[in-house]
Order: sequence, then structure tokens, then C-alpha cells
Amino acid sequence: MSMPLLTASDLVGGYRPGLPILHGAGIQVSAGEFVALIGPNGAGKSTLMKAIAGIVPIWSGQVELAGRVVTNTPPHRLAEAELAFVPQTNNVFTSLTIDENLRLGAAALSRGQAGQALARSYEAFPDLTRFRNVPARALSGGQRQMLAVARALLTSPKLLMLDEPSAGLSPLMVSDVFSRLKALVHDGVAILMVEQNVKAAFSVADRAYVLTEGRNRLDGTPEHLSAMDEIVELYLGGGGRKH
Amino acid sequence: MLFQVLADGILTGSIIALGAIGLTLTMSVLRFPNFAHAELITFGAYIALAVLGLTGAFMGPLAPLSFGLPLILATVVAMAATAVLALLIDRLVYRKLRARSKKMTVVFGSFGVSLLVRMSILLVFGGAATYYSTALQRAIRVGGLFRVMPDQVFTLGLTIIIVVGLHLFLKFTRLGLAMRAYAENPQLVGIYGYDSERVLRWTWIIGAALAALAGVLYGLTVQIRPEIGFHLLLPLFAAAIMGGVGNVHGAVLGGLIVGLAESLSIYLIPPGYKMAVPFLLLLLILYLRPTGLFGSAKGAVR
Ligand SMILES: Nc1ncnc2c1ncn2[C@@H]1O[C@H](COP(=O)(O)OP(=O)(O)OP(=O)(O)O)[C@@H](O)[C@H]1O
Ligand SMILES: [Mg+2]
Repeated sequence: MSMPLLTASDLVGGYRPGLPILHGAGIQVSAGEFVALIGPNGAGKSTLMKAIAGIVPIWSGQVELAGRVVTNTPPHRLAEAELAFVPQTNNVFTSLTIDENLRLGAAALSRGQAGQALARSYEAFPDLTRFRNVPARALSGGQRQMLAVARALLTSPKLLMLDEPSAGLSPLMVSDVFSRLKALVHDGVAILMVEQNVKAAFSVADRAYVLTEGRNRLDGTPEHLSAMDEIVELYLGGGGRKH
Repeated sequence: MLFQVLADGILTGSIIALGAIGLTLTMSVLRFPNFAHAELITFGAYIALAVLGLTGAFMGPLAPLSFGLPLILATVVAMAATAVLALLIDRLVYRKLRARSKKMTVVFGSFGVSLLVRMSILLVFGGAATYYSTALQRAIRVGGLFRVMPDQVFTLGLTIIIVVGLHLFLKFTRLGLAMRAYAENPQLVGIYGYDSERVLRWTWIIGAALAALAGVLYGLTVQIRPEIGFHLLLPLFAAAIMGGVGNVHGAVLGGLIVGLAESLSIYLIPPGYKMAVPFLLLLLILYLRPTGLFGSAKGAVR
């Protein structure tokens, strides 16, 4: 395996002082790797991503991105460090149009680069072009998710963190999103993705982490994890949990 | 007579509008009603007066206006100084209060700041009324229907330019987009890769600069006193809330409505009660349409 792109180790942190949500969780993603993060509701999956993204404060532990320590770095600096993050909810500005969302999302780029990035984005997501000047609140759940991903890709990140990109999408849309993500990984982008549907996650990921109560529970390749009783019982029993 | 009343109302309204734009912007981006906004207006008016005192009238007025380059220079300095004051207040007072969760704490904090600024102005400049210039202006007659002062026409024109400029700014610049975005979801601004501290800073700067400008323009039409801002407080809030918080165009229309209602009220109530008009309008709007006449998209800047 190549040098790790992201190494988060022994993270302790949370929303309110004295009430940690993360109790030593850690995660590693190599360049160009597709890593899934699974676990029950309330396990702290979103919190872990937000901590890495500089939104939830980290009280102890360390985050390293491409060899630099970036623990508690403000999110806009991480965007410059080529990390892009799509939160689970409220991940686009509904009062802004599609075009305005994308223009703001390209703010870290120079004007010339931003223009090219926007053109590329409209090319990759033709559906967005049609709604260019429509406020994002008028979009369907799937279209919003598409906008959120398109926005995250504007800056050509090395690491893309997605919190349940498939939530609320039809099965057809989910397979479309996942094949796009696989194509990205093929092009060298590393992905860290939270996914409730464990079967679906295992079908695309190179590796997965299981998080419970803010701690690492298990990790390994999908083949390795699929063979474990605990995983089969809790996550694969009924053909993947619904949320 | 009616035309005269309408013309006066529109001109008062455009000054209220300028103040209300700054108020509505800071209210939606920073998410609290800054009662000290009115005091920024007074502060701006007095700084311009002080600068004018220092530089002297090194040039005559630009006819037919009552003022010339000295006041324009003084206004620019006042806008900058007021922006610095607003940033300072934010750093020293609001930032700490905002870190706590209770919203009312910040609101009360702004009351405190408002008193402090007003009393400091009183202490430094005294309570007597003053003027930028004692030169008399000749009114312009418009078709024999009404008369306006050139300064008033200038004020209206400037307001229109600022509204158009601000509209373009909020629609086309990255900072403008980020300000609208911040009003909706502050956390996501950083995730989008934009420095949210920068958004806060510029919201204060723009709001305060517009407040100072409103102060100088108001000072041109009335006497300058330490209470001028305070007297504008109610009209400003009435205009901003009527327009829908965060709605720049709404604030301007709100300002014009308040200005017109104030001047038209002489047909209905004794002039001494004119000050009650914005209060009544505010009550009415809060009762009938609390989101404003033109709607505010849940704390969004438009
Ligand atoms: N903004 C917040 N403020 C305070 N506590 C929060 C906040 N967001 C989440 N929590 C708490 O943190 C814990 C972990 O939540 P988190 O959202 O990280 O879980 P998750 O694994 O992403 O769950 P899900 O699968 O439902 O998305 C929960 O107990 C939750 O109540
Ligand atoms: Mg979650």
C-alpha cells in the first residue's frame, strides 16, 4: 500500500466540552483508495467526518493529511489542502441557485480555474445544467445530492469524504452515484464514505471500518469482514439495513 | 401640497433605506438584531463633522449641492472609522457573547453598546445641535408641483446607485454569494472552501459604512445631535422587518414606505405624533406579516 493520504488517530472530541462523542476513533485512507465507514445510528460516523473536516473540535489525537498535521484546521484551509467534504444533511445552499452554489464552491480556485472547473462540472452532470438558474430548494433529494457531489469535486480533491451520499435515492440513482464514485477512484481520487447499506458499501469499497460508540470496532477488506459472524448478523442479515 | 409631502417622504425614506440596508444585512448574516446599528449612524455623522473641523472647508460647495469635496472626503473617513468601530465592537463584545448559545445575551449586549456609544459621543461632542454647513441651498422647483433641495435629490440618487450596486455585489461576487450563503448555513460556508471569518468581517464593514453614509446624509437634512441615530432606530427596524430580514430590496421599499407614511401622516394626526408612525407600522407588520411584506427566505440575504 502506498503512503497514507489521511491518518486520523486516537481522536477524542465532541460538540460540548466534557461530553465526548469520539472516544479514540481512528481511520486511515491511502491515495486512490475507496474506504467505507459503517456502524449503527449514533455511532459517531458523521461526527468523525466532521472532526476530520475541522468542524467538530478534536480534544486529543491527531489528523494528518498528505504528511501535514491538520488537527483542528478550519474547514476552508482543508479545502485548500485538497480535502472535500459532503455532509449528511444541509449540504447545499437552498437559497442560492445551482450556478451560485457551484461558483461559491469554486471560490478556493483562481478565476480562470474556477471557470474551467464549472464547465467540467456541468459536463459531468448535465442534469445540473438544465437547472442552472434555479434555487437549489427547488431540486429533488437526488438532484441536491448530485449538486453536493458536483460542488465537492470542483476543487479536484485528493480525498473526498461523503456522508451517506445514497440517502434517500432510488436504487437506480444509488447505482449511478456509486458507479460515478468508482470512476473517480479509478482516476486516483481517494474516497471515504459513510454508508448505511453495508452490502452496497462492500460492493464498492476496498476496505471498511466499523464504528460503534465512537470507537473502532472492526476493520478490513469486505471479504474479510463479510466472513465475520458479527457483521453477518448485525449488518448483512436482512440484506442490508434500511434507514 | 400633496406632491410636496410625497417628495419629502421619498427623500426621508431613502435615508431610512440606507440605514435599513446595513441593518438587514447584519441582522440576517450575524443572526441578531443589532440595536447599536443606530449609534453607528450617529458615530458616522460626528466623525464626518470632526474631520470637517480638522480639514476646514478647503474648497467651496459643488453647486447646486450644499457641500463639496471636504464633506465627501470627511464621509469617506467616517465610513472607514465606523467600520473600524463596528469590527472593534464585534471583537470585544459580540464575539464572546455569540460563543454562548443564548441569543438574547447578544441582543442585550447590543443595547449596552448602543448606550455606551451614544454617551461617549455626548461626552466628546456635547449635546448641542450642529450643522455641516450653514450655507443656504436654493430649492429646485419641479413643474410647479413641489420643491426639492439638491441635497435631497443627491441622496435619492445615491441610494438608488447603492441598491443597484449591492444587488450586483450579492449576485455576482464571491464575497456576496458567501454572505448570502452564510445567512442560510454558516458552517457550510467553510466546507465550501470560503473563510467564514472573512464573511463576518465584511458584513460589519459594509453595514457600518452604509450606516455612516446614512448618518452624513441625514445630517445634511436635519441638525446633527447625539440622538439622531436613536431617533432613526424605530424607522430602521420597521423598514428592515417590513422588507423581510435579509432582503436588501425589501429594506429599501420598507424605508420608502416608512418615510412616506411618516410624511403623509400629517393629514391624519398632529405633526408631534409623527414619531409614532414607524412604531405603528412595526406593530402592524409584526401582527399581519411577521416575515415581511416581501418575504425573507428564512434568514437568507437577497
Ligand atoms: N450537532 C450536534 N450537537 C450535539 N450532539 C450531536 C450533534 N450531532 C450529533 N450529536 C450526537 O453525537 C452522537 C453521534 O452522532 P452522529 O451523527 O455522529 O452519528 P452517526 O453515526 O452519523 O449516525 P447516523 O447513522 O444516524 O447518521 C449522537 O449521540 C448524537 O446525538
Ligand atoms: Mg450520520
